[in-house]
Amino acid sequence: MQSFGLSAPINETRTAARTLDSTKLLRIENLTVSFDGFKAVDSLSMTITEGELRVIIGPNGAGKTTLLDMICGKTRPTSGSIRFRDIELTRLPDFEIVRRGVGRKFQNPSIYEDLTVGENLELSIPQVHGVWASILFKRTPQVKSRIASVAEQVMLADQLRTKSGRLSHGQKQWLEIGMLLMQEPQLLLLDEPVAGMTARERELTAELLKQVARGRAMVVIEHDMGFVRSIAHTVTVLHQGKVLAEGPMKQVQADPRVIDVYLGH
Amino acid sequence: MKLSEAHGERVAHAAIALLLLVVLPATLEPFWIGAVGKYLSFAFVAIGIVLAWGYCGILSLGQGIFFGVGGYAMAMFLKIEASAPELPDFMVWSSVERLPDWWRPFQSLPFTIAAILVLPVVLAFPFSYAIFRKRVSGVYFAIVTISLALMLTVLIVGQQGETGGANGITDFRTLLGLDIIGDASKRALYFVEVVLLLLVMGTASWLLHTRFGKLMIAVRDREDRVRFSGYDTAMIKAFVFSVAAVLSSIGGALFTLQVGLITPSLIGTVASVEMVIYAAIGGRLSVPGAVIGALLVGFMKSWLSEQFPETWLFFLGGMFVFVVAFMPNGLAGATRRALRPHA
Repeated sequence: MQSFGLSAPINETRTAARTLDSTKLLRIENLTVSFDGFKAVDSLSMTITEGELRVIIGPNGAGKTTLLDMICGKTRPTSGSIRFRDIELTRLPDFEIVRRGVGRKFQNPSIYEDLTVGENLELSIPQVHGVWASILFKRTPQVKSRIASVAEQVMLADQLRTKSGRLSHGQKQWLEIGMLLMQEPQLLLLDEPVAGMTARERELTAELLKQVARGRAMVVIEHDMGFVRSIAHTVTVLHQGKVLAEGPMKQVQADPRVIDVYLGH
Repeated sequence: MKLSEAHGERVAHAAIALLLLVVLPATLEPFWIGAVGKYLSFAFVAIGIVLAWGYCGILSLGQGIFFGVGGYAMAMFLKIEASAPELPDFMVWSSVERLPDWWRPFQSLPFTIAAILVLPVVLAFPFSYAIFRKRVSGVYFAIVTISLALMLTVLIVGQQGETGGANGITDFRTLLGLDIIGDASKRALYFVEVVLLLLVMGTASWLLHTRFGKLMIAVRDREDRVRFSGYDTAMIKAFVFSVAAVLSSIGGALFTLQVGLITPSLIGTVASVEMVIYAAIGGRLSVPGAVIGALLVGFMKSWLSEQFPETWLFFLGGMFVFVVAFMPNGLAGATRRALRPHA
């Protein structure tokens, strides 16, 4: 059916599109996942550019956490595509996705409570993932100074030898952020990083995340609107597994549909 | 506190070395030297269980399988030597006319030793990697391993002509022409075993202090997080499980040498569960504890079965229940708590 004359312009358009997209770090297209017939995420498409800080909001059950789970390989989508740079993530095992530069922070602090803060950070060093490499691993001065500088950044410099199970809830959250920083991800996925924190800890975390956001892209799920206002560039509102609205915070807040499903409650 | 813990561990290692190299050989009669040698063969298994279960969260109720690999490999070599140039007696009784092909390589001692060390890896690694990759772990893994132990014993019992069946393989006298049943040779074997055991204890403790040791703890406590730090946790677990399998196999080979027989009931499900009890009683987080657990439970078994031939198993069961209920980290954990200045 297709005429020969038409195919050339189409190819050109594609090439042009790819050049345009070179600043696109993550491209999600028609992503769907259903659990027993319930579509938690429903043909969702969105893109994240290099260095962007994106906040995702939405009511409970909107599919926010499921979306992050699919990007990092914890949940397999039913259909659709997630491309990170030129890599299709939906086919890679979770640990390979991490090695390509995607870091994930879970909602509850997920750290190794039986190990010290320093050991927690050390285990998160990238490039040393093999069995033998881990057995023969040496704590070189570079390794030590890297651990020290990340510990400094997440405000745990004087806790390096503390068993991480003894940290406060907020400190545990920071430690996990520190573990992700050790991994040097290009894309960082954070699920409710200030949940359960005191007001002071929230402020410090907002500062921390702004620093962390320099030089990498970040996707943050958050409920706390004050916190969202303090860090967000662009906000995506999810509702029933679909994108309801997207744009700067002010514009989204004024959107009547968003007020109806979410902000109004 | 951290320093004192490391110090305590060194003291425990030194105390065990002193006990096994000096105190016991100087005080025990030959019969008991042989008995301690037998108990210590289970210490290798228990150290493997400390690494796999205590530190990496892999509970295997099938360590008897690998104990059997080492035990049977050693027994096949010894039996061929004991019967040469004839066939092993049990084969003659079952009218097997020539040495089965899979027995032939075991005419060579180097091959036998290689088999004791390599065969457990060949069996444990691909199987466990495939299972861990599918995220099967915890109780489900334990059930898979106990089923395999059961299958192996059924297989051995069923193939009497080639395996010696339920009676196992026994009646060895020499290793490369050297006597292995006299008192002097038992003593020599004992020292070889103790030196090997001390080497294994040292290596296991060293491994736990490397970054890999920390990684094992991380996998045990939060496998998800480890995967999301970029590690293939199935590979880590399969490696640790294989190390435990090799240790079990070495223990089995030494058991055959010391005791002079190997049978399916020594490697089956009951035996496999007992091996976990050694580690639990000694302390599943302590390498020296595993050795003490194996010695103590081994001794209690001998002593109780003499004193209370009818009811001794109840005592053993009661001991296990007591430890699990009141000393979650076994004797080593209780000692550590007692010695800590301010808890």
